[in-house]
Amino acid sequence: MSLLDAVRRNPLLWLGAALVIVALALSSLVIVPETKQAVVIRFGQPNRILNVYDPREGFGNTGAGLAIKIPFFEQLVWVDKRVLDLDMPQQGVLSTDQYRLEVDAFARYRIVNPVRMYATVGSDSRVGDALKPILGSALRNELGKRPFAIMLSPERDVVMTNIKVGLERVASQYGVEIVDVRIKRADLPDGSPLESAFNRMKSARQQQALSIRAEGQRQAQVIKGNAVAAAAKTYADSFGKDPAFYDFYRAMQSYQITFGTDDTAPHGSSTILLSPDNDYLRQFMGRKQGQ
Amino acid sequence: MHDEVPGTVLSEGGPWGGSGGNDGEDKKKWGAARPGNAGPSALDALIRRGRARFGGGGDGGEPGEHHFGGLWRWALLALILLWIATTATHTIGLQERGVVTRFGKYVGTLGPGLNWTLPAPIDLVTKVDVDNIHVTDIDTGADGASGENLVLTGDENIIDLAYSVRWSKRDPDLFLFELQDPEQTIKEVAESAMREAIARVTLDQAIGAQRSQIQQEVAQRAQEILDSYHAGVVIQGVTIKQAGPPSEVMEAFKEVSAAQQDAQSYINNARAYATQVTAAAEGETAKFDAVYAQYKLAPEVTRRRMYYETMERVLAKTDKTIVEPRNVVPYIVPPAKVAQPQEPAK
Repeated sequence: MSLLDAVRRNPLLWLGAALVIVALALSSLVIVPETKQAVVIRFGQPNRILNVYDPREGFGNTGAGLAIKIPFFEQLVWVDKRVLDLDMPQQGVLSTDQYRLEVDAFARYRIVNPVRMYATVGSDSRVGDALKPILGSALRNELGKRPFAIMLSPERDVVMTNIKVGLERVASQYGVEIVDVRIKRADLPDGSPLESAFNRMKSARQQQALSIRAEGQRQAQVIKGNAVAAAAKTYADSFGKDPAFYDFYRAMQSYQITFGTDDTAPHGSSTILLSPDNDYLRQFMGRKQGQ
Repeated sequence: MHDEVPGTVLSEGGPWGGSGGNDGEDKKKWGAARPGNAGPSALDALIRRGRARFGGGGDGGEPGEHHFGGLWRWALLALILLWIATTATHTIGLQERGVVTRFGKYVGTLGPGLNWTLPAPIDLVTKVDVDNIHVTDIDTGADGASGENLVLTGDENIIDLAYSVRWSKRDPDLFLFELQDPEQTIKEVAESAMREAIARVTLDQAIGAQRSQIQQEVAQRAQEILDSYHAGVVIQGVTIKQAGPPSEVMEAFKEVSAAQQDAQSYINNARAYATQVTAAAEGETAKFDAVYAQYKLAPEVTRRRMYYETMERVLAKTDKTIVEPRNVVPYIVPPAKVAQPQEPAK
């Protein structure tokens, strides 16, 4: 009970002491979340890293959680542990075949060496700014030595891998690992390049329309021709059985049409001069000639 | 309790951070009501001394001591219970998971139902909705303002494309801890995958036949990329809402479909004509065949009958003159005398 007595004798002093102890305890304890790494700086020098990124560890086995630092002598620099965005603004790129392209790319990266990152740029928010121009130039370098059509082919992947390798080389100086580089868009720029592409599309379509019409006409003619041929065959098959009778039969029909007795009204009127020799008048002549 | 004086001093440090005001109130009452007592903790003594120094408070009666002491403890207990009840129990909905971090470190994921963890400053729970399907629409251009999302196709044409990505959170811990901006990442990955897929097909395939194939391809590709980021996200599907020519060339595309209509109508007309010609031929030959069948039964009689019937009709309607001189060439020659055959049927 001597401690209790001591407290009773001088409570304010003890209260102060307790406060100091609590404050020290609090400032020497650090809560490190899963999403952060922390560089411990002692007298201006990086001393150690809390919760450093390790690709093999899963969440739950990381260095996150409570950590201890020496109050006042050690400061923390927080560094994001997550995969970070790097969105590059649209870049104009000239391909080898003189196409101008507006390219929009993004990278995903992670700070794997916080100490180097701290030494080179100081804070994680400045890493993106440092990498952006590098990504831009890697992109221009890579696309500038390839034809435009490469963007529309499976080799696009190769291009992206090359850009990633190019960027990675520089990024490692910042303690950064490039997770991925992807080309989001590769578009023709507004204005004349886009206009001429549209014009090309238009003329291609107009030509297509023409050939579709022509093809339709061709098919129509073929169908008509086949039908006429089939009809001719039908006639020939039927009439060919007895050409002489067909001749007679058709002549009879023809006379009726010619002289307007089939209820049509032919132009003009007809006068028929008949010789008494006419076969039709054979009987009329009283069988003078005989058959 | 009386033996735990140092501990109590320290434990009083807690409420200073948390709920100070109310405690102060309690202490004042307590101190006023029970001065001159040994007190249950060092702090009590301190307060009592403080009050004595400033001359506050007279010596109260002894009877209240146990009553008020109990209240003080009960209030503290109630506070602790309340603290535990509000921060140590977690009701996780059926579609949710609770990601538990202990001093920032991931310790596990809570399933649906009522769950216990350590209370608040120690364990924190972040609820993640895992069943909800999020829809991200991608239908505008690079600047976000122009109405069209123009995409280059494999044959160097341009289409206007609008699509949406449906996704949900599969691994709540990965989703929370792995990516800086998961939603933006999903959008960009989907866009990259879509443009890659469109770049492999021609314009006609992209706006027509291969749409569903493209949708599947993009969903699969986006999933692969996101998995490589450990995004903890599952792509449920990609839906192309609209894929067509840009408005600048729309007229030319309409011209093509007009041409297709025209071509079809040419063909239809030709078919109609063909039917007509064939039917006429069949009708005429059927008639001839019927007559011919009769003719064959009695050739001479039928022939003459037809001849006379025709002549009758022809001559009945025309002016007739019978000319005696024999040098007049008759106009109508009976078929038997015709030497040359008629033109073949058409």
